[in-house]
Amino acid sequence: MEFLSSLFELIFTPAFAASVLRITTPILFAALGGIMARRCGILNLALEGTMLTAALFAVIGSALTKRAVLGGVSAALADPALVSKANFAGIIAGFIVGTVAGILMALFLAYMAVGLKADAYLAGLAINTMTTGGTVFILYMVAGDKGISSSLDSGSMPFIDLPIIKDIPILGEIFSGQNIMTYFSWICVAIVYFILFKTATGLRIRAVGETPSAAESVGVNVKKVQYIAMALSGLFCGFGGVSLSMSYVQFFSRGMTAGKGFIGMSAMNLGNASPVGTAVAAFLFGFFDAMANVMQSMSIPVQFVQAIPYVATLVGLVVFAIQSDNKVKKLKAKQAK
Amino acid sequence: MPEEILLMDKITKVYPNGFVANKDVTFSINKGEIHALMGENGAGKSTLMKILFGIEPFEEGRIVLKGKEVRFNGPLDAIANGVGMVHQHFMLVPSLTVAENVVLGMEPKKGGMFDFEEAVRITEEACNKYNLKVDARAKVEDLPVGNKQKVEIVKALVRGAEILILDEPTAVLTPQETAELFVELKHLKEQGHTIVFISHKLHEIKALCDRITILRLGKSVGKANVADVTEQDISRMMVGRDVVLKVDKTPAKPEETVLKVRDLKIIADTGKPIVNDISFSVRKGEILGMAGVEGNGQSQISEAITGLLGYQHGTISVNGVDLKGKSIRQIRELGVSHVSEDRNTYGAALVASVKDNILSDRYYKKEYNSGIMMNDKVINEMTDNLIKEFLIKCDDRDDQVKMLSGGNVQKVVVAREFSNKPALVIANQPTRGIDVGATEFIRKRLVELRDEGTAVLLISADLNELLELSDSLIVMNEGRIAAYLEDASVITDMILGEYMLGVRTQTPEEIARVAYD
Amino acid sequence: MTSKQIERRFEIFKTFVAVALALGLALIVISFVSESPVEAISAFITGPFQRATRISNIIEVMTPLMFTGTAICIMYQANQFSMIGEGAFLIGANLATWFAVTHENWAGLPLITVCFIVAIVAGVAVAVVPAVLKVKFRANEVVSSIMMNYVILKISDYIFYYILRDVASGQQASFPIPKQGKLLKMFGLRMHVGVIIGLIVCVAAYVFIYRTKWGYQIRMTGANMNFAKYSGISVMGIALSTQLIGGGIAGLGGAVEILGRYDRFLWFGTQPGFGFDGVLVGVLAKNNPLLVPVAAFLLAYMRTGADVMNRVSDVPVEFVDVVQGLIILFVAAEMFMAKYRHKLIVNNAKKQLEAKEAAE
Repeated sequence: MEFLSSLFELIFTPAFAASVLRITTPILFAALGGIMARRCGILNLALEGTMLTAALFAVIGSALTKRAVLGGVSAALADPALVSKANFAGIIAGFIVGTVAGILMALFLAYMAVGLKADAYLAGLAINTMTTGGTVFILYMVAGDKGISSSLDSGSMPFIDLPIIKDIPILGEIFSGQNIMTYFSWICVAIVYFILFKTATGLRIRAVGETPSAAESVGVNVKKVQYIAMALSGLFCGFGGVSLSMSYVQFFSRGMTAGKGFIGMSAMNLGNASPVGTAVAAFLFGFFDAMANVMQSMSIPVQFVQAIPYVATLVGLVVFAIQSDNKVKKLKAKQAK
Repeated sequence: MPEEILLMDKITKVYPNGFVANKDVTFSINKGEIHALMGENGAGKSTLMKILFGIEPFEEGRIVLKGKEVRFNGPLDAIANGVGMVHQHFMLVPSLTVAENVVLGMEPKKGGMFDFEEAVRITEEACNKYNLKVDARAKVEDLPVGNKQKVEIVKALVRGAEILILDEPTAVLTPQETAELFVELKHLKEQGHTIVFISHKLHEIKALCDRITILRLGKSVGKANVADVTEQDISRMMVGRDVVLKVDKTPAKPEETVLKVRDLKIIADTGKPIVNDISFSVRKGEILGMAGVEGNGQSQISEAITGLLGYQHGTISVNGVDLKGKSIRQIRELGVSHVSEDRNTYGAALVASVKDNILSDRYYKKEYNSGIMMNDKVINEMTDNLIKEFLIKCDDRDDQVKMLSGGNVQKVVVAREFSNKPALVIANQPTRGIDVGATEFIRKRLVELRDEGTAVLLISADLNELLELSDSLIVMNEGRIAAYLEDASVITDMILGEYMLGVRTQTPEEIARVAYD
Repeated sequence: MTSKQIERRFEIFKTFVAVALALGLALIVISFVSESPVEAISAFITGPFQRATRISNIIEVMTPLMFTGTAICIMYQANQFSMIGEGAFLIGANLATWFAVTHENWAGLPLITVCFIVAIVAGVAVAVVPAVLKVKFRANEVVSSIMMNYVILKISDYIFYYILRDVASGQQASFPIPKQGKLLKMFGLRMHVGVIIGLIVCVAAYVFIYRTKWGYQIRMTGANMNFAKYSGISVMGIALSTQLIGGGIAGLGGAVEILGRYDRFLWFGTQPGFGFDGVLVGVLAKNNPLLVPVAAFLLAYMRTGADVMNRVSDVPVEFVDVVQGLIILFVAAEMFMAKYRHKLIVNNAKKQLEAKEAAE
């Protein structure tokens, strides 16, 4: 009991709730990327590598642009107006370069799977392997360090105080003052929902992913739709990468995705590729991750807490199968009588 | 004077492998009629319709649509010219709504967004106009089969189809749904649409169609007003025998019952009963033929006997042993051999070698392994002997089966299935699509097996084969046995055709004789 | 030449081209990024063979890959795409360490033997989850095994932090593995007898797959599942057992790696990646365990070469991962060189036809 009450003390704090939102952000982006790929019928195991690449290129794009605008002058000595201009340019460039890198990686996977008919599973694993080393390689080439990009002066997406909400006690502490990428990730849930269910392209993506022959028979260009969906998948992974390296921390470090792409994929599986369900699952993963963080100060093994979301995914797969089995069984039993 | 809307004139289609699917077929339909296209499986109906729909190219002939010669480069072209097709396997996306399925590929938009309400409106308008009752907002996966078909019809109609091809639309429908469909089709006809109706079922054609064209073995063999011909006439035109491959055969001397099927009922995943309370027996030393238009439950019966498919009711026993709950291995151990109708899916592993394919039902037996290691010497010897005995044309036993011709693949299958001293052979379409030499060879072996005391159940769409090989025959129609014909040698194809198409049915007492109880 | 021979030769040729192309691309990149490309490249290519310690290093690096690669071969032969090798390897290493550090006073041989058994059992046990989910609930084994790997990682972390961790040690590491529990070194170098165990596993797996009745079942299930089922093979049993065997072999690999190469267990927080590398080895070996040592050697050679290059030049070792990924992509892409293959077969057919005509 004592344990529970001390746990509650740790969890029922605004700071904890705020950390859940922060931790969930990249997971949610990856999960949204996973939704787009799954909906068009391609297994995207490369979410991890795509996000990692985007995180690196966001930092590089941001830092190089900043350096270029400053024109070789050290930020400490330069004119403040120029510095703020450089910062702004760095942020925009980082965001764009990171996102484009994400899109290109996803399109590369799409080309392998759709164009060259490689097994999407192998191609995804291959891309992860390539990016694990490739990002370190590029990092070393650009920053001269294999671990962290601290020698690069990269920017940070702004943190935002929400008007009105910030003055409400507790709620303000939780919801206000987060990085813009966190709010943006919530908007992206709506965007994914909108694309999938409110646009003609979304309708085609869903049709292609589920029954390609049906889509083809009415003249839908299946490959084209898959490329579009994969580009969107890369777009959201790109956002995820930016949120990793340009928000709560302002650097790239090797392997900084640390499985968040795969966790995002699990969230997508748990949410059965529905935007809202997936978002809920992503927050669940974020919650347990945050909980594991605070529990490090307690005598309880955080590992078990961290394992809960994965176990939940496994259970989810089973429940899903049992449900669809029962449907057919009932139908047959009815007829046999 | 009826106006000819479509003419397919002297169409000839030769597939790359040399198979002539259509030879000088002329097919003409008038505006506003329901035209039946009939023929057995392999008669060339599907090919003809694929040509019309632009899916298959053709070598000779011309297509004239509304007085203009046309040649479609694919389904989209055909649709744009007012030809729509409802495939036997629905082209629908299950998780989408009816309206979304209907407009897929031509989505209405409002302000850049998909306009779902407009899609519903389009769908409902078409539904009302053509009197097809479907809920536009329902998800397709929740609809019964009959309604899914309506969605397909609506899909074709909103795309401006004037000519609607329905490929065996009633195959998946219950009688009630079929009746409903007919009312709807007649309504469509009144509105000026032209319908091509592909079916095997004579009473349906009598009830629905105006004119009929019959194909047999790739040629058109007859064209008539439905009102002017009897069902007997149609069945005679459709089911005819061609060149006969004679197999020498003495009268059978049947002994005790080997296979006993009683009150068997099999229900498909869709909930439709596919095999409905049938009982029959096959005796040692006889070949019982099972005739019937494909899709009347024959495949399911063969799969249920061999353990590939579960059944909901009834019993199957072999030499007195009930098969319920037995594994495929256990069933094979009882001496049951199975020549599957689908050799590429079940009968053979195309990427594996001839040797591995022959070994698959016996590799675990003592002769072929020492408990752990395979005994290569014995296996190679056995394989080589079978390759010789069954005249399998291959470089050596390590050839991948996919390198062989269809006839040789089938010989690999029968070499396996016939060489293990079977008590019962289930031969489902044993010679489909293979060359004459292999066909003759396999037929001879079946008779030899019979003479050695094997019970054979022969399922075939090839009437020559059935009448030549069978000692007795049962005829399947709509999941039931329509007739038991004790002496196959005195049956004419005409009578057989009438039973197959449901023109005639025996009394339950007559049918019950095949149980030999 | 028959089409059969052409196909076979083409597959081998394609693999060579894939490796060569990936390496070629890598060399081009090196020559651009490095200030001394010639030295870098020669270090990469000849470096690994210049000293006995480096050759020993290749052997050391290839050893774990032989286990996870063989595990992949057996599972892929039956078309089971489980990634459980990763988790099984980790938990095998973890529990082998646990057994070794908790039984310090055992003699060497029995201690090592039991450690191996513990690791194999652990590997099989974790493989049960995705395997049963696949067989009983038709859950995709790729997804479920990746999820399971995370669960295993957490379990391994827990055991590490709460049972194995030596707080007295300066680094984050387990209690030291007792001396007598370590695998013998060979030729006075760092390489250990694990490589021999690995070779035995590869050969045994080859015999198992191509010479035994169980292997036959596995191959037929992989060749055509419907055919296997129709022939009376229990395909569900095969799906289950191949995943369990794969888990067991990978688990054993974990024990061999930890007892052979390390003084303490120190994997925590992230997955060590041997299972993922096993995929490359399996793909390169075309799922034939006999080729696994070759593929593992190639990968280990590239790794070692990159290491050497990294020391003498300015090119980071990580570029090997890129090469590795490219190789998988080239080998896996069905359409890669498809035109060339088509041409080969058509030309051959033409030639044969001409020869026939000439003879007549």
